[in-house]
Amino acid sequence: MSTDIKVPTLGESVTEATVAKWFKQVGDSVAADEPLVELETDKVTVEVPAPAAGVLSDIMAKVGDTVGVGAVLGAIGAGSGAPAKKPEAAAPAATVPPKPVAGPAPIQPAAANKGDIASPAAAKLMAESNLSSVAGTGKDGRVTKGDVLNTLASPAPAPSAPRAPRAEDPREERVKMTRLRKRIAERLKEAQNTAAMLTTFNEVDMTALNAARAQYKDGFEKKHGVKLGFMSFFVKACVTALKEWPAVNAEIDGDELVYKNFYDIGVAVGTPNGLVVPVVRDCDTLSFAEVEKTIGNYGKKARDGKLAIEDMTGGTFTISNGGVYGSLMSTPILNPPQSGILGMHKTQMRPMVMPDGKIEARPMMYLALSYDHRVIDGREAVSFLVRVKECIEDPQRILLDM
Amino acid sequence: MADSSFDVVVIGAGPGGYVAAIRAAQLGFNTACIDRRGPPGGTCLNVGCIPSKALLQSSHHYEDATKHFADHGISVGKVGFDLDKMLARKQKVVNDNTKGVEFLFKKNKITYIVGEAKITAPGQLSVGSDKISAKHIIIATGSDVTPLPGVEIDEKQIVSSTGALELTKVPGHLVVIGAGVIGLELGSVWHRLGAKVTVVEYLDRVLPTNDGEVSKQAQRIFEKQGLEFKLGTKVTGAKLGKKDVTLSLEPAAGGAATELVADVVLVAIGRRPYTTNLGLENVGIAVDKRGFIPVDAHFQTSVPGIYAIGDVIGGAMLAHKAEDEGVALAEILAGQHGHVNYNAIPGVVYTWPEVAAVGKSEEQLKAEGVAYKVGKFPFTANSRARANGDTDGFVKILADAATDEVLGCHIIGPSAGDLIGEVVLGMEFRAAAEDIARTCHAHPGLAEAVKEAALGVAGRAIHL
Repeated sequence: MSTDIKVPTLGESVTEATVAKWFKQVGDSVAADEPLVELETDKVTVEVPAPAAGVLSDIMAKVGDTVGVGAVLGAIGAGSGAPAKKPEAAAPAATVPPKPVAGPAPIQPAAANKGDIASPAAAKLMAESNLSSVAGTGKDGRVTKGDVLNTLASPAPAPSAPRAPRAEDPREERVKMTRLRKRIAERLKEAQNTAAMLTTFNEVDMTALNAARAQYKDGFEKKHGVKLGFMSFFVKACVTALKEWPAVNAEIDGDELVYKNFYDIGVAVGTPNGLVVPVVRDCDTLSFAEVEKTIGNYGKKARDGKLAIEDMTGGTFTISNGGVYGSLMSTPILNPPQSGILGMHKTQMRPMVMPDGKIEARPMMYLALSYDHRVIDGREAVSFLVRVKECIEDPQRILLDM
Repeated sequence: MADSSFDVVVIGAGPGGYVAAIRAAQLGFNTACIDRRGPPGGTCLNVGCIPSKALLQSSHHYEDATKHFADHGISVGKVGFDLDKMLARKQKVVNDNTKGVEFLFKKNKITYIVGEAKITAPGQLSVGSDKISAKHIIIATGSDVTPLPGVEIDEKQIVSSTGALELTKVPGHLVVIGAGVIGLELGSVWHRLGAKVTVVEYLDRVLPTNDGEVSKQAQRIFEKQGLEFKLGTKVTGAKLGKKDVTLSLEPAAGGAATELVADVVLVAIGRRPYTTNLGLENVGIAVDKRGFIPVDAHFQTSVPGIYAIGDVIGGAMLAHKAEDEGVALAEILAGQHGHVNYNAIPGVVYTWPEVAAVGKSEEQLKAEGVAYKVGKFPFTANSRARANGDTDGFVKILADAATDEVLGCHIIGPSAGDLIGEVVLGMEFRAAAEDIARTCHAHPGLAEAVKEAALGVAGRAIHL
């Protein structure tokens, strides 16, 4: 019975190969799975093993020939040929008349690789240890319990091999991350990895706010001893909107939503060491002056590096202002475990279409609300932001809780 | 017959030989098998495994009827037996099996030659006046009874296992020399049929090659059944009387001699390789100092083209080991990868309770310095064994302390020889004890004891 030696699948999109080398000659006896011929492709060199034991009776593709996948390279005749010496070893093959093989002779894998099979105990351990693959040393490469135990015991991390340290480049300067930066980095990733975070945008016409400030700037400072800035307006606007859309002031805890009936709003402050978010407590009880004073004090403490941990914990909502640096639009990252963060940006004159159809230059600010969609649905997020916009565009609304 | 030529010629039609021949034929070799006995099947089918199991089964039924039926509320009055009928049945079982092998030879177109084969030159044999040439010669001539100096076997009063299977009447007192597999099995047969049985053993325990705990338990159980043991004792001589035999005994370590009178003596101290008249000297094959034929990892002797398997090459002298070697060799000759896993060959003693073992014993693991854990489960805690009224014995599993891989299993109990199968399969796949414990076992079944022993390795058996 004669068995064809065929060109195996060579890989993705590789359709042909060149015969590079025959390891055996016609008449040589071959063992099953013994490498017979080497094929070269663009990507890789492949050895083709003998599909059965016997004697190499035919070579159809010579060195240098181009062959396609599935083409017949040669044939193996049955019988235990003499060890590869004399051509008369073809005689044993002749005593057994070659029968034509119906259909393609499957190329048997050398030792069937069953590395994706794990024994019951091994599978349980792998699942519990979050291992997706382990090198198997069991029968035909199966994964044994011992294999998994050994993998767990060895310190080499399974998912990614430890990176070889990069060679020092004189053009690079290495600076160790500060603890603050590391902590910020951790919390940013924590927020991104946990929440279903996305951002909704709106724009606010700052004309009314600017007018109010212009009108009361001097009197305010004289009476309260602190400048009347934007932040008090935005904080108060947020309080109004948070009261109306309590989900934005809530937090997810396990499988419960925690609605908070107090309003501790963090106001992000940039420092040379990084961004910190001190929290203004009970903003609903504070006057505009008190908000401005609190923010002012925090700013000073931050610049002096004297902010305490208690200053920064427990907030229910955060406002971040990228506009001071010139940002027009951005998607702030949540401050965990909060569910919403308002991003303020640079006010810039833009041509706007007024209600009567005329076009005017208006001072416009883009507002962004990044939120956790697990807690806040789209309607709530958008409506919250619209509320904030409305309160800024018509500050009387804050007064009237409208 | 004249001259003939074959691809493969197998000398010996025992389990090793006839299986090698069948596999070779399956792989396309023109094959012949030669045996001097006549009926194929070797020692195993004719005077070993098969006839002894037939008598063990018959005597087991008699034992059940006389000793255990009453427990089940079955009254049978006076139960007797016809020894001639029992032996005739045994012979029929043997004949049916040997005919079966003849049929397999025909089916696979294997030429079966009856005669004594002698190797005359590489690739050449003679059987009588006929000459045979072969590309590959496989020696599977098996083994024969080891004689005991001073106690000459006449197969009448002093018998080997062959004679012990043919006794024409139940001896009053049967003395068995050797407390190994054969001695205990045949001792059990005649004890059940009414003989007083004394087993004399040179070493200090019965079944000396088994796990020590199992040997101890086996002795306890067989003593309870009524067998007597004289351990650490050697037999120095035998004097034949008209109707009896007087044995002289001595402590193995030396000391005062004593005498023991028997009606029949069974010499069962072991078996040795058989290569008589094989012609090994004609091709320069030398046996080792114990008579075994040395072979390499591919079963090839010192002469290219001449191979050997089975009892004649040593190792575990078991039929199934010879069979696996026969298959592996035939596959190697066909250019395939033939392999025998010697770590997972079970050994069974067909007494009742049966004794079965695979892999290492505790003694072996200790000697090798391997850290291991033990899981043990007694059949008294197995509901099926209780229902059957067969609660002697236990299952013991030994597993690697670090990886939990099963290193050995030792069972003494009902159907131990069948129960051991799953552990052998597990060991082939390098199973951990936990894997066996997490495989579903039917209830109520004796095999649950295996599962519980596996659980015991982790200290969490449920039913104990």
